[in-house]
Amino acid sequence: MQFSVRTLAVVAALVLGSGAASAASAEKGRKAFVTNGCWQCHGFEGQGSAVTSNGTVLSGTELPLEAFEGFVRGSNRAMPPYREAILSSADLADMYAFLQSVPKPPAVESIQLLK
Amino acid sequence: MINDDSARDDSRTKFNRRNFLAGVAVAGAAVTSAPGAKAATSPDAPAAPPPRPSALPPNAKMAAAETGTPQEIKGHEGGKPGSDFMVDVIKTLDIKYLPCNPASSFRALHESLIDYGANKQPEFLTCMHEESAVGMAHGYFKASGKPLMTLVHGTVGLQHAAMGIYNAWCDRVPVIVIGGNDMDAAHRPPGVPTFHSAQDINALVRDFTKWDDTPTSPQHFAQSFVRMYKTAMTPPYGPVMMSLDAGLQQEPIRDYGGEKLYIPRYVPSSPPQGDTGAVKEAARLLANAERPVIVVDRAARTPNGIKLLVELAEALQAAVVDMGGRMNFPKTHYLNRPPNVVGQADVIIGMELSDFWGVVNGYVDNGEHGIGFNESKIKPGTKLISINSVELITKSNYQDFQRFQVVDVSMPADAEATLPALIEAVKSAIPDSRKDAIAKRGDAFRKASANGRENVKKAAAIAWDASPISTARLVMETWNQIKDLDWSLVASEGNVSNWPNRLWPMEKHHHWLGRSGGYGVGYGAPASIGAALANRDLGRFSVSFQSDGDLMYAPGVLWTAARHKIPLLAVMHNNRGYHQEVMHIQRLANFRNRVAYLGNDMAPLGTSIENPDIEYHKLAQSMGWWAKGPIKDPAELGPAIKEAIAVVKSGQPALLNVWTQPR
Repeated sequence: MQFSVRTLAVVAALVLGSGAASAASAEKGRKAFVTNGCWQCHGFEGQGSAVTSNGTVLSGTELPLEAFEGFVRGSNRAMPPYREAILSSADLADMYAFLQSVPKPPAVESIQLLK
Repeated sequence: MINDDSARDDSRTKFNRRNFLAGVAVAGAAVTSAPGAKAATSPDAPAAPPPRPSALPPNAKMAAAETGTPQEIKGHEGGKPGSDFMVDVIKTLDIKYLPCNPASSFRALHESLIDYGANKQPEFLTCMHEESAVGMAHGYFKASGKPLMTLVHGTVGLQHAAMGIYNAWCDRVPVIVIGGNDMDAAHRPPGVPTFHSAQDINALVRDFTKWDDTPTSPQHFAQSFVRMYKTAMTPPYGPVMMSLDAGLQQEPIRDYGGEKLYIPRYVPSSPPQGDTGAVKEAARLLANAERPVIVVDRAARTPNGIKLLVELAEALQAAVVDMGGRMNFPKTHYLNRPPNVVGQADVIIGMELSDFWGVVNGYVDNGEHGIGFNESKIKPGTKLISINSVELITKSNYQDFQRFQVVDVSMPADAEATLPALIEAVKSAIPDSRKDAIAKRGDAFRKASANGRENVKKAAAIAWDASPISTARLVMETWNQIKDLDWSLVASEGNVSNWPNRLWPMEKHHHWLGRSGGYGVGYGAPASIGAALANRDLGRFSVSFQSDGDLMYAPGVLWTAARHKIPLLAVMHNNRGYHQEVMHIQRLANFRNRVAYLGNDMAPLGTSIENPDIEYHKLAQSMGWWAKGPIKDPAELGPAIKEAIAVVKSGQPALLNVWTQPR
C-alpha cells in the first residue's frame, strides 16, 4: 500500500487535531477569543456581522479544526491572518472549543419580534 | 447709476463708523509721528523721546473693553442698521430656524434677528458648538427638504464648523453658513476680535462649498444672500458660505447716491436633466439587457423620486441596489436586492452614486505588507451608465469624487429630473419580443426576495439573548415599539450591521435619511436632533441609533434639544470603542506579526472608550433629557424603550444607554 506525503500529512493533522481539540477548553477559548481580538469582527458570541465578517457565523462552525486553523493562519481576504507568532495553536484550539460550545440560536419562529 | 468716482466721493462725504474711526486714528498717527519728523529736520530740536514700536500690546483699558461689558456703540443714530435690512432679506426666504453658537463678529445681525426680526423666520436655536449647528441644519434638510442657515464666528467658529460643512458637501445637502468677520484692520477692536478676523475666512471651506462671497454693501448682501440660497438649492445641492463684515452689519445704511435698496426675488432653478440622446442610448441598453441592474445612492431627492425609481425598475423588472445615501427604493419591494447582484449584470445604471468605482470593484485590505489590492466585481463587457449631477461641481482638493470609473454612457445631470424621460424612453425601447422574458425576471426576483428575508431573520436570531445586547435585538426591540407610529429613522451612526435597512419595512422617504456623507464622526447626534426638529413640526416620530464615540464629539447638542423641546428617541449603540479603529489597529498588528497591546482594555490601546465607562444616561440627564441605563440585559430593553417613547410623545427627548455587541 502506498501513501502520498499529502495523505500522510492529512492523517497526521486529523490525529493531532483531534487530540488538540479534545484537550481544549471552551472557557479558555472564550477569553482567548476576546484577548486576541476575534470578537471585534465576529462578535462576542461568534455571531458575525454583515459588515465586518461578510455574514460569516463562527459559532457552531461546521469547519473541522484543521480547516479552521488553516484559514486563520493563511487568510488573504478581508480577515488579516493570525500566524503562530501571535496566536498559538493551543489558543486556537481553545477558541474552536468555545465556538462549538455556543448554544444554537433559537428558531426564528420562536422569536416574536422576528415573525 | 453710480460710477467709480461718484462712489468714492460718496464715501468721503457721508458719515459712517469707518470714517469716524478713521479720522480719529489718522489724527492720532499725526501726533505721534510729528516729533520724529521734526528731529530729522532740525539738529537744534530738543532730544526726541525713544521711538515707540509700531504696535503695542493692549493696555488695561483696552483689555477691559475686550473682556468687560460692551460699551455703547457710537454712530448708530444715523438710520436703520445694515443688519436690520439683512434680516429683511433673510425673511424673504422662509428659513424657519437658525441653529447657532453666539459670537461677537455677528452681534449686530444676531441682535437684529431676535429684536427687529422678532426671532421668527428664523428662530434662534442656541447651540454649544458650531459643528452641532451645521449638523442640525444637515439633518433638518434631509427630513424636511428645506435648508437652514447658521452664523459662525469668523475664524475659530468656522474652524469648528468645517467638518460639518464637509459632511454636508459630501452628502449634497444645502446649508447656508454666514461667518462674521471684522475686516477693517485699522478700526476693528484689537486683541480678541483681531485674532478672530481674517482676510478671507471663506478660503477655509472653499474646497467644499458650492459658492461663497464677501459682500461690501447692504445691496451686495441682498444679492449675495439670495444667490447663495439659490445656488445651495439647485441640484446638486450643497453648502454655501458668506463672509459678513462686522462693520457692514453694524453701520447704518448709507445713501448710495439715491439708489434704493431692493431684495431680489428668489426663483428656483430647474435641476439639470440628462441629454436627450444620452437618455435614448441608456434606454436602448437597458431595454435590451438580459440582466440589467439599477444602483442608486442619492437618486431620490424627494418622495417622488421613490415612485419614479419603482416605475423604472418595474418596467424593466430589474434588480435595484440601494446604497443608502437616501431612501431611494422600498425595502419591501421584491426588486430590492443586495449589492452582489452586480456580478450577474450585463448592464448597470448608476444614479447619483458617490462611488461608482466601488460599486463595480472591490478593495481587499489584505495584500502584501498590509497594502490592499483591487479586484473587479463585474463580468467583462458589462455596460455601465451613469447619471450623476455631482460631475457638474467637481472640485480638486478634497477627494470626495472617489476613483475614476470609465462608463459607456455618462450623463452629468440630476437623476430624479432625468427619470421621467428615461422611463418613457425605456418603455418605448422594449421590443415586444422581450416582454415575456422580462416578466420572468420578476418571478425569479420574487422568490429570491422571499428567501433573502428568511435568511436575514435567521441571522438576526443568532446571539439573540446575548449580553452585551446584539445589534439585531437592539434594532428589533426598537422596531417593536415604534412600528405603529409615523416613524423616521433620523440617524444610524456607528454601524449596527445595517439591521434597520435589512429588517424594517422602510418605504417612505423619511423612513431613512442616509448617513453623514463625508463619514466625519460627530454627525449622528446633531443631525438626528436637527431632523427630529423637522419631524416634530411635521408630526412624525423620530428615532436614532446613537453611537458612543459620535456623541462625545459635541455632546452639548443634547442641551440644545432639551432647551428647544425637540422630541427624539436616541437608542444608544454603545460598544465602548471607536470600533472601526479597533479593527484597523488589530489588522496592522496582525500584518506585522505583533500582538496588539491592549493595556487594561478590551481593544488595542487608544481605541477603547472604557476605564472608566461613560455614563451617557447621566450625561443626558444633566442636560435635561429623560434617560436610562446602562442596559445590558436584553430582557430589560423592550420595557425601557416603551417608557422612553412615552416621554418622547410628550415632547421631550429621551436616551437609552444600551451596551451592545461591537457590530
